[in-house]
Amino acid sequence: MTILLSLQGVTKRFGGLQALTRVTFDLPEGQILGLIGPNGAGKTTLFNTINGVYPPEEGRVIFRDKDVTRAKPYEHARLGMARTHQIVQPLNELTVRENVMVGACFGHENQDLGNASAIADEVLEFIGLAARADQLAGSLNVAEKKRLEMARALAARPYLLLLDEVLAGLNHSEIDNMVQTVLKIREQGITIIMIEHVMKAVMNVSDRIIVLDYGEQIAEGDPEAISKNEKVIEAYLGDPRLAEQLLEEA
Amino acid sequence: MKRWHQFSGIVLPVLVVAALVTWPIVTGRPASRESAFTILKAIALASSLNILLGYTGYVSFGHIVFYGFGGYVGLYLLTEQDLSLGPAMLAGGLSSGILAFLLGTAILRLRGAYFALATIGVNEAMKAFINNFDLFGGPTGITLNFSVYQAYGGAASALQASFYIGAGLALLAILLSYVVRTSKFGLGLLAIRENEDAAEVMGVVAPNAKTWAYVLSAIIPGMIGVLFFFKNGNVEPHDAFPLHSSIELLVMVMLGGQGTVLGPILGAFAYQGMRGFLVTSDFFKDIQLSVSGALLLIIVLFIPAGAIGWLRHRVPTIRRVLA
Repeated sequence: MTILLSLQGVTKRFGGLQALTRVTFDLPEGQILGLIGPNGAGKTTLFNTINGVYPPEEGRVIFRDKDVTRAKPYEHARLGMARTHQIVQPLNELTVRENVMVGACFGHENQDLGNASAIADEVLEFIGLAARADQLAGSLNVAEKKRLEMARALAARPYLLLLDEVLAGLNHSEIDNMVQTVLKIREQGITIIMIEHVMKAVMNVSDRIIVLDYGEQIAEGDPEAISKNEKVIEAYLGDPRLAEQLLEEA
Repeated sequence: MKRWHQFSGIVLPVLVVAALVTWPIVTGRPASRESAFTILKAIALASSLNILLGYTGYVSFGHIVFYGFGGYVGLYLLTEQDLSLGPAMLAGGLSSGILAFLLGTAILRLRGAYFALATIGVNEAMKAFINNFDLFGGPTGITLNFSVYQAYGGAASALQASFYIGAGLALLAILLSYVVRTSKFGLGLLAIRENEDAAEVMGVVAPNAKTWAYVLSAIIPGMIGVLFFFKNGNVEPHDAFPLHSSIELLVMVMLGGQGTVLGPILGAFAYQGMRGFLVTSDFFKDIQLSVSGALLLIIVLFIPAGAIGWLRHRVPTIRRVLA
């Protein structure tokens, strides 16, 4: 198995706050890695250090055999990494299609405008936003904006896709929809790391799960092992009964 | 049909310039030629500023520095190096472009109000520097020897030629604005305007894109500066770097609609038209700048997207024509 992404002892501090402590893992190509943990555990910060928004103080990030620890976000994008944001960041005054074209134009395939437009239409069809293509992105509702984030990231045709809470704030049918979409993306051969709070979904979808608590990696394993891990139950799942329920549902 | 649609956004802007060139020919009066020249100059400057302000979203309060600096370089070459107008204009535009490149790498890291303040600082610093720079004549500036015009068949035909060159520069500025607006580079700029951090995450190399936008927005103002001061016969520091002209340019771009090709053109047209009326009226002639200030306030409060932006929002079907 080829290792797509490798984190080696990644440590990030904000002043006195230790946000990440020696996070280390290898991510093989084609896997879905779930990243869970309580609020403030450092999940989004981990994304930000992986894609260059905040370079870590210590440790290394290796992406496709390249050291990208100090690279800028746009360099990561050019190398084939794409992400969505927990707090959606639509380009409000551009149309939905133009938003997605930005992803295709400046991602690692570096498409020209004509191709980008074709890719955008294709991706919007796939993600279910085709009917909104000519609307301004600012006019979408939250669920649609989350899809737009996905579409933009996908249009770059990345090797690695970082999904930051794409299910948060969605209703049941929207969640089911989105889970199906994530699985379909994996079928295209795209490796995924997803931060998620919706346990049922993340347990269902992930091949492997890493649990963060106060910036430390407290557990790692397949979904079943994670839901039985006592440290995790204590830190995150709260009480064992809830964990059992979750496991049954899964 | 599709082909025509593709370029429809440039039709109206070109028609405006064509109308402005025809107007003095029809009336046959030098006065209308001078009014038309002023409007064409404003169109060229506003369209250039729009690349930075409208497409990239960076507010420059000191854009006139490129006009003044280019003008100075051009006049120096015209008088001291005996260059003719064409090469002098190219050199003026190029110098302004290089100035923008150097400034851009330094101050485009600043965002929002900090960038705007820095641009004012740059303009004032340049004015103070030129005031003390003996090569450019210090506070008295550079005056063209009248004999320079002989090469163009005398002062009258030099004026006439300047008018057509001005029209050409306005057209060039519009084409540049249109090409940028419809290019991949332009899409990157728009993404930066909307959300610079998100744009970088999507792969837009923001530092480079912003610098090139700044350079592109500076070249034609530099050329216009050479042309204007050539026509004027002399250049002095306070004529070359008037801060209020920078602000007037902002009003023009915002009045017509920032981020559109047609907006700054109509804004320049409307603003210069209004100004022409105000400075000749007894009541307004001393307070015409207060009127522009009030106008800016009204635009920002009530139609922040400008006239064209407002129309585009209201009537989506005409978006193609009003690019």
